[in-house]
Amino acid sequence: MSSPANEKVVIRVNGLGKKYRIGASQPKYDTLQDAIVRSAVKPFRKLSRLGRSGTPSEAFWAIRDLSFEVQRGDVLGIIGRNGAGKSTLLKILSRITEPTTGQAEVWGRIGSLLEVGTGFHPELTGRENIFLNGSILGMTRKEIRTSFDQIVSFAEVDRFLDTPVKHYSSGMYVRLAFAVAAHLRTEILFVDEVLAVGDAQFQNKCLGKMAEVAGQGRTVLFVSHNMAAVEMLCGKVLLLTDGTCGGIGPSAELVPVYLKNCAVQSRERLMSGQTRCIRSVASFNAQGVATSSFAAGEDIRFDIELYAKERITYPRLSIGIHTTWGVRLVTIHTDIQNNHPWPFEGTRRLRALWRGNRMVPGRYRVDVAIWGPDREIETLPGCLELEIAVADVYGTGALPDPSFQGYFLADASWDI
Amino acid sequence: MPNQEPSCQDAILPHILIRPNRSASLIEGISELWQYRELLGFLAWRDVKLRYRQTFLGVAWAILQPLAAMLVFTVFFHRLAGISAGGRAPYPLWSYAGLLAWNLFAQSLQRCSESVAANDRLVSKVYFPRLVIPCAAALSAVIDFLVSLLVYGGLMVYYGAVPGLQVLMLPAFLALAMLSSLGVGLWLSSLNVRYRDVRYVIPFLVQLWMFVTPVVYPASLMPEGLRVVYGLNPMVGVVEGFRWCLLGEASGLWAMVLTSILVSLALLMLGAWRFRSAERGFADYI
Repeated sequence: MSSPANEKVVIRVNGLGKKYRIGASQPKYDTLQDAIVRSAVKPFRKLSRLGRSGTPSEAFWAIRDLSFEVQRGDVLGIIGRNGAGKSTLLKILSRITEPTTGQAEVWGRIGSLLEVGTGFHPELTGRENIFLNGSILGMTRKEIRTSFDQIVSFAEVDRFLDTPVKHYSSGMYVRLAFAVAAHLRTEILFVDEVLAVGDAQFQNKCLGKMAEVAGQGRTVLFVSHNMAAVEMLCGKVLLLTDGTCGGIGPSAELVPVYLKNCAVQSRERLMSGQTRCIRSVASFNAQGVATSSFAAGEDIRFDIELYAKERITYPRLSIGIHTTWGVRLVTIHTDIQNNHPWPFEGTRRLRALWRGNRMVPGRYRVDVAIWGPDREIETLPGCLELEIAVADVYGTGALPDPSFQGYFLADASWDI
Repeated sequence: MPNQEPSCQDAILPHILIRPNRSASLIEGISELWQYRELLGFLAWRDVKLRYRQTFLGVAWAILQPLAAMLVFTVFFHRLAGISAGGRAPYPLWSYAGLLAWNLFAQSLQRCSESVAANDRLVSKVYFPRLVIPCAAALSAVIDFLVSLLVYGGLMVYYGAVPGLQVLMLPAFLALAMLSSLGVGLWLSSLNVRYRDVRYVIPFLVQLWMFVTPVVYPASLMPEGLRVVYGLNPMVGVVEGFRWCLLGEASGLWAMVLTSILVSLALLMLGAWRFRSAERGFADYI
């Protein structure tokens, strides 16, 4: 047990690794029969293995040789693609699962919020769930009682306190669950993607609460796919790439790096045909020429080809235009600009026309996402890049160049 | 794990060391359990609260179950099969006293064994000492026991039976029943995380176990020669102990109780050790 060399270090991770076995060798759970059969067959299998090559169980390192330090009061964003090891890292640090190699030291009480409403029971009332959930998260009865009123007012569920939460709307449920968690008083807080729930208004409220928590000098580790939230909350980020450290540093530097990696990967997947549903994405100008450069004010047409092996009854497709640091500026969505269902199976081509874009000149990234009736099927972040060139949109001869403030060119005129 | 080194920030801040093969020390487990005693209470309270929610009869089920069993025993084993209590006490009272002990044990064992797998969400999303889960489940069985104990009071009034001073020893036997059920329950609950078959084995195990426990028949029915082996079942001492406390009848009780204490302590050590070493992998396997 060593004390931190630097007085301010509250988390020190050293050579951390976590190995999972994947494939048929580790099903969701074994049955006793399997174990018995295995042990009975073992001697024979050893014999038969002499004949053919054995199938060693495949090992998968969710996290490998990860080392970093977190200082007291840091709000560290953890970013990375799906499967990069973000959640595994939080699970190890929260002591839910054990590392396979290395070690981590944490100084302070840990509160971890890996899911909204862990331990909530639908049959219990709001009041009962506040106490139960608070206690599960590590609060004492006294602490819960002290923050009880704040929790209730934050969640806006005053009138339904004594109603079983199974009668709550999903919004109320999530609000209450977040409210309890938000009132944890631990020195260190681990938060995993909880903001991806609730309506936009409540998400903003949650972000505000997170910013408040961050401002109290507590240490927060925040896993998120929402780069805007990461940028807003976290001064620093840890980028995980395939379980290893892809960099740790100021978010203003690393978030664009990460987004660029994502974009490169999306394009590679599209090109090599490794995508699940989205087969191709291309942009065309008004003359029907495939291009990625457009003048401000020009029409942009997106052609998208989809393929679904099984019929998608209620598909929804969105095209999102982002800045290079991940702020969503425009959403073009089949649910909004088109509002009749378009079920399909096999190949399906879609075309979206964005008339007279009014973007400020610069580079933009395009995400394309397809959703089924209840869940996301595929998202290709940054699968297309747009270059908007300077143009005399107002016909005044004054050109809004990339240094122009703001994102959009207003359809405005002056009367002077 | 508190940090003794003064150089580390505020002395109050706990220092947590996370590394592979966390120690499975039992003492540490117990001290953690004590730290989380409030959660233990909350979870037990939740189990009790939820068990009878949306049932028409509610907590009355805790009374009806042993009462119905007692009636069945009285009719089938006493009247039809001619098994008698072997003492002065009326058979219904005698069998209910045995059932009190047995139900406590069986319920505690059953709930304990299923507890960890049933709380998979908690196990995979929050950290707290895993021992809290089976212990809370076992604790919830005590609440049911207390309710059915009230009924026993009623029965005593009905039969005009007055317990002697030895009734004060009842908590000790209650503790003994809990120790034995926890020992086996902890082991089964950790096994159940890996092998859900355990869930199907438990009812069978409980039934079998009841037949080798003097619940429907008196221990004196067992041939002398087999008594030693019989006594290895910790529940023999517990059931006989319950009857001694409530009815004041016992023969060769203390030898049985002593064996029972030793066996259940051994089971508990074994079960807790198995649990502590398995709990590291709970989140990965559940």
